[in-house]
Amino acid sequence: MSSVLKLHQSQPRWVIFGLLALGLALLPFLVDVGLGRSWVRLLDLALLYVMLALGLNIVVGYAGLLDLGYVAFYALGAYVYAWLASPHFGLHLPFWAILPLGAALAGLFGVLLGTPTLRLRGDYLAIVTLGFGEIIRIFLNNLNAPINITNGPQGINLIDPVRLGNVSLSQPHELLGFTFTGVHLTYYLFLLLTLAVIFISMRLEDSRIGRAWVAIREDEVAAAATGINTRNLKLLAFAMGATFGGLAGGLFASFQGFISPESFNLMESIMILCMIVLGGMGHIPGVIFGALLLTLLPEALRYTGDWQRNLFGQIYVDPADLRMLLFGLALVAVMLYRPAGLIPSARRRQEFADAKG
Amino acid sequence: MDIFLQQLINGLVLGSVYALVALGYTMVYGILELINFAHGEITMMGAMVALSVIGALALAAPGLPGVLVLGAGLVVAIPVCMALGLLIERVAYRPLRHAPRLAPLITAIGVSIILQNIAMLIWGKQYIPFPAVLPEGRHEVLGAHITDVQIAILLLTMSIMIMLVLVVMKTRLGRAMRATAQSRQVASLMGVDVNGVIAATFVIGSALAAVAGVMVSAYYGLAHYYMGFLLGLKAFSAAVLGGIGNLGGAMLGGLLLGLIESFGAGYIGDLTGGFLGSHYQDVFAFFVLIAVLVFRPSGLLGARIVERA
Amino acid sequence: MTGHTLGWAMVAAVLVAGCGDKPQQKGDNLVVLIGQASPLTGPQAHLGKDNENGARLALDEINVAGLTLGGKKVVLELKSEDDAADPKTATTVAQKLVDEGVAGVIGHLNSGATIPASKIYSDNGVPQISPSATAVAYTAAGFKTAYRVMTNDAQQGSVLGNYAVTKLGAKRIAIIDDRTAYGQGLADEVEKAAKAAGGLVVAREYTSDRSTDFMAILTSIKGKAPNLVFFGGMDPQAAPMIKQMKQLGLQAKFLGGDGAQTPKLIELAGADAEGALASNPGLPLDAMPGGSAFKAKFEAKYGKIQNYSPYAYDAMHVLIEAMKRADSSDPAKYLAELPKTDHQGVTGRIRFDTKGDITGGAVTLYQVKDGKWQTLETVQSGK
Repeated sequence: MSSVLKLHQSQPRWVIFGLLALGLALLPFLVDVGLGRSWVRLLDLALLYVMLALGLNIVVGYAGLLDLGYVAFYALGAYVYAWLASPHFGLHLPFWAILPLGAALAGLFGVLLGTPTLRLRGDYLAIVTLGFGEIIRIFLNNLNAPINITNGPQGINLIDPVRLGNVSLSQPHELLGFTFTGVHLTYYLFLLLTLAVIFISMRLEDSRIGRAWVAIREDEVAAAATGINTRNLKLLAFAMGATFGGLAGGLFASFQGFISPESFNLMESIMILCMIVLGGMGHIPGVIFGALLLTLLPEALRYTGDWQRNLFGQIYVDPADLRMLLFGLALVAVMLYRPAGLIPSARRRQEFADAKG
Repeated sequence: MDIFLQQLINGLVLGSVYALVALGYTMVYGILELINFAHGEITMMGAMVALSVIGALALAAPGLPGVLVLGAGLVVAIPVCMALGLLIERVAYRPLRHAPRLAPLITAIGVSIILQNIAMLIWGKQYIPFPAVLPEGRHEVLGAHITDVQIAILLLTMSIMIMLVLVVMKTRLGRAMRATAQSRQVASLMGVDVNGVIAATFVIGSALAAVAGVMVSAYYGLAHYYMGFLLGLKAFSAAVLGGIGNLGGAMLGGLLLGLIESFGAGYIGDLTGGFLGSHYQDVFAFFVLIAVLVFRPSGLLGARIVERA
Repeated sequence: MTGHTLGWAMVAAVLVAGCGDKPQQKGDNLVVLIGQASPLTGPQAHLGKDNENGARLALDEINVAGLTLGGKKVVLELKSEDDAADPKTATTVAQKLVDEGVAGVIGHLNSGATIPASKIYSDNGVPQISPSATAVAYTAAGFKTAYRVMTNDAQQGSVLGNYAVTKLGAKRIAIIDDRTAYGQGLADEVEKAAKAAGGLVVAREYTSDRSTDFMAILTSIKGKAPNLVFFGGMDPQAAPMIKQMKQLGLQAKFLGGDGAQTPKLIELAGADAEGALASNPGLPLDAMPGGSAFKAKFEAKYGKIQNYSPYAYDAMHVLIEAMKRADSSDPAKYLAELPKTDHQGVTGRIRFDTKGDITGGAVTLYQVKDGKWQTLETVQSGK
């Protein structure tokens, strides 16, 4: 994966890299002109999901630990941001102070969840993490009494947008003759952080740690026998994944301005899992593809409602229902026919092929 | 005292339902070491199919006695669920029997989502009332109340449990199942039709799920496409609590979980002076599950195994 | 590298995929766009469509009557968007409406969608009137652009709590909520009002919006011998709760909010529903000042009224009247006119308090008698 980054190797890569950078920089404007500004907002959301999916990818894709409670870390990051930058406690700390704090707290909870579950593997781990996710959600939903910590089901409103100096990311700004609206500025912030997450993921994949994770995923006993400290490495996977989740949560809170526990339900965890499974577990381009696909798909499916109305005069299958049905079918079909995902990594494909033999 | 007795009855009835669903999980897990996430959805399907039959029958022949109508619902729901279980096993699980462990688990989640959405397309998103075909007999025991339906649930669960133990312990199929659970390879070398045994396990489990689904919807008076998910999750917790793969464990786990929830929700608010309350009812279930998995992964009645992988 | 290149190429393909067309602009008359947002898909699609139709009916009438602002002839055009009752989609939709340059928005339907969307309207200075969002938090945020023509949960809750104690004579009250924003918000207000009216809250229990088993909490409640059980939540929970109260021999009245005042409750609870009480904000349709006339007009065009369409209809009129007073469709100019609203609408007289809530919102109480909801009486809040 480091191929894109090893820039000194050959000239054409510079060109590709430059074009990619330019394309990403111009993308919000192209989308704005081509599709409308609400699609830029969707793009922001998609970047958020790319971060989340890459975080979960570390746990599920690299280390092979099926985590069904990932949304808990996302929620923790979001609530930390809301607590420290909203009228709820009257605190308004700057985002660069809160985001790392939220990410760190989520990481801590990752270790907290990881420690007792180290002995568990596979389906048992899945169930425990699922339970953990639900417990966190239930607590967030109920901790408005006796002391009001989370404001319960009402959620926390009026969360501060990200501010750089006196530039708020919820208002439009003029710069060099261009008007940068809030969603455009948010895009650049999210893009920057997403690139950082991608970079960290790439470096991890190629590092000793990454190879150790793969070893654990493929055969934990053999990995331990070769001297890999499986306990620490599994905890590290949980912590890293949770950290990214917490970071994305903080960004989500600032972006939406309002959070409530219903945004962090089990379905959200399963959605993120779908992203990495469909895209290709353990493979960064695959995961990114999966995250983008599943974030933008519901919007595309909306048009099926219009088609149905035009064709039959009424809507037979609600697009929102179609979406979940398609997800379910896709999960089964991908596992049966392309178990390594739509854009698989070479190693992962080999692993599944070996297993079949 | 009457309150305590009432909570005991509540817990036992709730626990019986959990136990019946837990049996399906535990049988499949015992043989395949697979969490059949879709099992809760089969329960829901059973309820929905039975409801449609009962509704149609109540309209077509209003004079029929309630037990007969309910029986007709069951007679249709059970084979439908059996077929469904067979189909799921054949399409979604069998091809992945040698794939990495993650794969069947993910298809199981996929199947669960598919079933929910199919049910939603067929029966809609609204809650569906269960026709009032059963007599609403209510008895008072020492100040506590118990209804005919509750008694029926308790008796039915007990008799199904006994039947199942007899099948597993005394029949040829049961012996084959136990052999397959111990080692699929050795069993097949001994001439056991392993695929047939696994299919039979799914069929039996699905039939139990159908019965449980009908019981649940008759008891609460409604059915909904989402009803299977949480029920399945709770039942799975019950199976783990008792010791997964162990029939007696599923029964014990189910009853225990029912009692924990009932007494937990009933008393914790007063015991903690309102600090914790019935809003943490679901937390108890998950907490027990996590605690058991962490400290005694083999469950209360399961054999002590160093690592469940 | 080839695998990677392919991978990145597919990523790029998704990013640029789906090139649609931008909404066309009409140039002949002065076209003023009014946004409407509600769930047009999903379980509440029928309610969302109802809101859309109510708003459209008012808009068509105004267009037929002719509207002139700032000396120019104005044609109103409705931009209706589907928020799927989902908070995230709601913000996307709100952004879309703002981008299309709507002068005002009627919506959204649910509080959960209305609250996050209201921030976007506020950031962009677009006035918004919700016909049906009842959560207190919506107007409590203090946005100058946020209004509603529906009685809020605090108003409804205070009427209910007071009514339970003074009219129904319940001295000992048990309160249950389903831990949703709606159920908990309403239940808290009921608790406050009941205590203020001299009632004793003997139990406060909780359940979830997925649960159907309330035996444990009802048994615990039974031990405290209440005269009345209030439930803040929806009909799928209220119905089995009523049945289980009967099963346990719990002799107490059942009182619910608008989530329970539905035909579905009677369908689900059957004969046990008899005697159950519940409220709904506003007046019953046949008691509204313009109710029968509205019903005739609406049903001739769109069929049966679902629920909130009269409110959407009024909201549209309130919005356009503010524009008329300011003689402009520019939000910056007519926003100042909205607080001065005094509109005699289909649903009653509409005036706003400083937060943007309707003043003296009405609450009507109903009871199930002979398998039907019968109107008991209408109470004005804030008294």
